[in-house]
Amino acid sequence: MAMAKVLVVTSGKGGVGKTTSTAALGAALAQSGKKVVVVDFDVGLRNLDLVMGAERRVVYDLINVVQGSAKLSQALIRDKRIDTLWLLPASQTRDKDALTEDGVARVINELRGKFDWVLCDSPAGIERGATLAMRYADTAVIVTNPEVSSVRDSDRIIGLLDSKTDRAEKGQSVEKHILITRYDAARAARGEMLNIEDVLEILSTPLLGIIPESEAVLRASNIGSPVTIGNVTSAPARAYHDAARRLQGEKIPMSIPNDRKGLFDKLFGRRAA
Amino acid sequence: MTSVSAVQPQQQTRQSIRFRGRSFIAFALSPEPPIADWLVELDKWTKTSPGFFVGRPVVLDLAATTLSASGIAHLISELGERDIRIMGIEGADPAQLDPSLPPLLTGGRSAAGGAASEAPSPDKVEVGPAPRQEPTSLLVETPIRSGQSVIFPYGDVTVVGSVASGAEVVAGGSIHIHGALRGRAMAGSMGNASARIFCRKNEAELLAIDGYFQTAEDMDPKLRSQAVQALLEDGVLSIAALD
Repeated sequence: MAMAKVLVVTSGKGGVGKTTSTAALGAALAQSGKKVVVVDFDVGLRNLDLVMGAERRVVYDLINVVQGSAKLSQALIRDKRIDTLWLLPASQTRDKDALTEDGVARVINELRGKFDWVLCDSPAGIERGATLAMRYADTAVIVTNPEVSSVRDSDRIIGLLDSKTDRAEKGQSVEKHILITRYDAARAARGEMLNIEDVLEILSTPLLGIIPESEAVLRASNIGSPVTIGNVTSAPARAYHDAARRLQGEKIPMSIPNDRKGLFDKLFGRRAA
Repeated sequence: MTSVSAVQPQQQTRQSIRFRGRSFIAFALSPEPPIADWLVELDKWTKTSPGFFVGRPVVLDLAATTLSASGIAHLISELGERDIRIMGIEGADPAQLDPSLPPLLTGGRSAAGGAASEAPSPDKVEVGPAPRQEPTSLLVETPIRSGQSVIFPYGDVTVVGSVASGAEVVAGGSIHIHGALRGRAMAGSMGNASARIFCRKNEAELLAIDGYFQTAEDMDPKLRSQAVQALLEDGVLSIAALD
């Protein structure tokens, strides 16, 4: 069995799409046959269980496992739609101080033994919750909205990935990818949003994918289904699937979704993504 | 300690509050007993180089002497009569110094002198070559991320890459950024007014040379996103396009 990969989905900025992306990428990876667990590190403000549609089945959580009051197998919740997809929820009643570095290391190592992909959904910010979520990561997906404060916060997080992770401290590096979310080509053309090129120039980190702004995302989270399961044909779902394939090493040309449609495109109904 | 500056229509307003580290090269006088004879030698020397000590900070190194408090005070007033003003005392017993005397200094290192016109005789003025053990320039080849600080007081800093918004580079010498500068660059931080800042794309939040700073607000908008150099001209930070 190949080495498991621990991937952290982080951003610095809040509300940019970390939880949505963790669920969507996790589901997409699981759909391609891999054994995937998505882990919610946002202690006290858990959301991943809602987006995954598992909120009514949470018994034990990450903190229970870290503190030894539950076994990992008791806390893991299997997805009802894809049987290689699992969730390790966060606690809602405790706070981040209950997470310890050693405890997290133990849990991550145990997860590495059982899964192909361990996706860690980081909380927003640069404090303990975020640094613990990234601590043992091999790969990072930095979720960024194409607007100035998100880009600056992402840059900060990239700096932390290069200094506060186990890998960085050992002289290795965390493989980093930018995932641009909530991209609206029309607004970018009007100058209301940053262009993709601007974002990449500022962050100088490879691009994993561009997820267009779409109502499909909100609808999916409201019904508790990652958008890659709940609305497979939507633009964001297709973009997430491409991103998941790129994570696994496939070379897929980057498509800019929802380009401003010229008359030619409208007549011939061409979609960019 | 603020100074009031007039606003000139074409120039930028002089910032009145400056923040920087300061190092001075001070001359150290090391008298040896008997003090009276030493003063005679000193007079012979200053006759051939009148005004040598004017405007230069002088430190009195009393390590070779055993003067009492009044002896020290007397020596300082003797030097004062020769227009040699002592800014600090080294090598003395703190118990011997009272508040009316210059302060006791520690941690002095030998350093190359300023524009000294003559080679002074060794037992009167200590001047030695600068200890060049540390590297005098720093090369950074990765982009400097938001929140990171690169501080190098010993010389120039060269960055191959960009400096992100919210990051800062502080150098004793000049700063060369082969990329976009979106954060802060502070050159000449140890008191070097001839330091400069170069960057390929100026989107800086703040530029400072020897404590004189300018924020993005005060910069000429035509120079934004251009390749620029910043330098100090008569105490005013001036930014000019490079091409």
